[in-house]
Amino acid sequence: MQILHDIGGYFLMLSQVFKRFTRWNVMKNLIIREVDSLIVGSIGIVSFISFFVGGVVAIQTALNLNNPLLPKNLIGFATRQSVILEFAPTFISVIMAGKVGSFITSSLGTMRVTEQIDALQVMGINTYNYLIFPKIVAMLFYPFVITISMFLGILGGYIASIYGGFCSSSDFIEGIQLEFIPFHVRYAFVKTGFFAFILATVPSYHGYFLKGGALEVGKASTTSFVWTSVLIIVTNYIITQLLLA
Amino acid sequence: MIAIDKLCKSFNGTKVLTDISTEFEQGKTNLIIGQSGSGKTVLLKCILGLYGIDSGTIFFENRSLQEMDNKERSILRQEMGMVFQGSALFDSMTVEENIMFPMQMLTQKTPEEMLDRANEVIKRVNLINANKKLPSEISGGMQKRVAIARAVVMNPKYLFCDEPNSGLDPKTSTLIDNLIQEITKEFQITTVINTHDMNSVMEIGEKILFLENGRKGWEGSNQEVLKTENKSVGNFIYSSNLFRKVRIAYQEKS
Repeated sequence: MQILHDIGGYFLMLSQVFKRFTRWNVMKNLIIREVDSLIVGSIGIVSFISFFVGGVVAIQTALNLNNPLLPKNLIGFATRQSVILEFAPTFISVIMAGKVGSFITSSLGTMRVTEQIDALQVMGINTYNYLIFPKIVAMLFYPFVITISMFLGILGGYIASIYGGFCSSSDFIEGIQLEFIPFHVRYAFVKTGFFAFILATVPSYHGYFLKGGALEVGKASTTSFVWTSVLIIVTNYIITQLLLA
Repeated sequence: MIAIDKLCKSFNGTKVLTDISTEFEQGKTNLIIGQSGSGKTVLLKCILGLYGIDSGTIFFENRSLQEMDNKERSILRQEMGMVFQGSALFDSMTVEENIMFPMQMLTQKTPEEMLDRANEVIKRVNLINANKKLPSEISGGMQKRVAIARAVVMNPKYLFCDEPNSGLDPKTSTLIDNLIQEITKEFQITTVINTHDMNSVMEIGEKILFLENGRKGWEGSNQEVLKTENKSVGNFIYSSNLFRKVRIAYQEKS
């Protein structure tokens, strides 16, 4: 029953987010602040993880190519496919559920606990729009983060392959161009869009409707991470089934 | 004036407020007192419209809160100011920004006009050299002053304070009480204060509503509270030796 209550509450919250808009001169500053904390603040960790995981994918592919008949350009091919199709959009989104999701839940949860949300409501402000809408708009920039992740993932694979002596530069570059299907990139960005919306709204729901004190803020952050991750994985499956199968 | 008629409120089947009827007058400091868990904060949040009610009516100058649509409620809320128990200041904003915030959100004033008005109320609540500080950089007493300044910056008709002197030392507590009373008189606001501070009851309790287990236990003024024979009020107010002695002295004098 609690799940049904939460699902209903989530959609009711979304319906309120797009009503009674906050003034643009206030909203624009809120959006800039959210872009800074949610997007710009995530680029560092995303770059670091993408570069090294891309390298690991390349090394593991190389170490599994025991058959001499298999061409070395498969290392580049496998790295590109793994990074573009799954690693950058999905794996990074699950990581962002931990970083951005927890941040959103704990910041809104703290505002709830310290009655800051009540204070906004007393002033007659649509708190859903004021607090959640800027996060949704900021997450429209999330595909840029994923683009950086894709680029650095493949770059990490390239550097690991060359400096590890697994293949030559030309083999790797040939591999990343091999049987390139542009639709795969579109598919990756379509699901990135869905993940961005989930990343902005599910943690907001958990933070906004938090009840209790400081301990509950921590619990809500954990719950928010779990549910955001679950939704990302399920959405990933559905979109993959619809677009690629 | 705020009038409450037979207000009932429950949470998940548990009755928290039962048949509360009272009036809070304009230009007076109206106090809601009672033990922890007696329903003071719930009553205040019902009046503010933050909680829906099960039955009864809340009137703001003959306008029923329950019959108002969202637009009317929004207009009414612009006539309200609220000082929360923990001040509820916005962490990321400076003192000045916190006070200017309601004007930014709800008025068409220019930045200069907003700043002028903010400085006016900052001066009124005696905040010195705090304009550019963050809430975390000022003391609890100063935070309460900022909260009061933010609550009155829009010239509200109704001011609500939830335990405005909790966590403050007696001296600061008295200063905050006096400040609220002065502002109430000066701007003829209908002020409703939730408190269990007995100093406040004696100092500024022009009208006192005593809640007991979610019901109206007693109502009267700070003068009447000294004479009342109501046992529950007596037990609550004179639970401290100091106030028992005050009562004895008052009875001996009269």
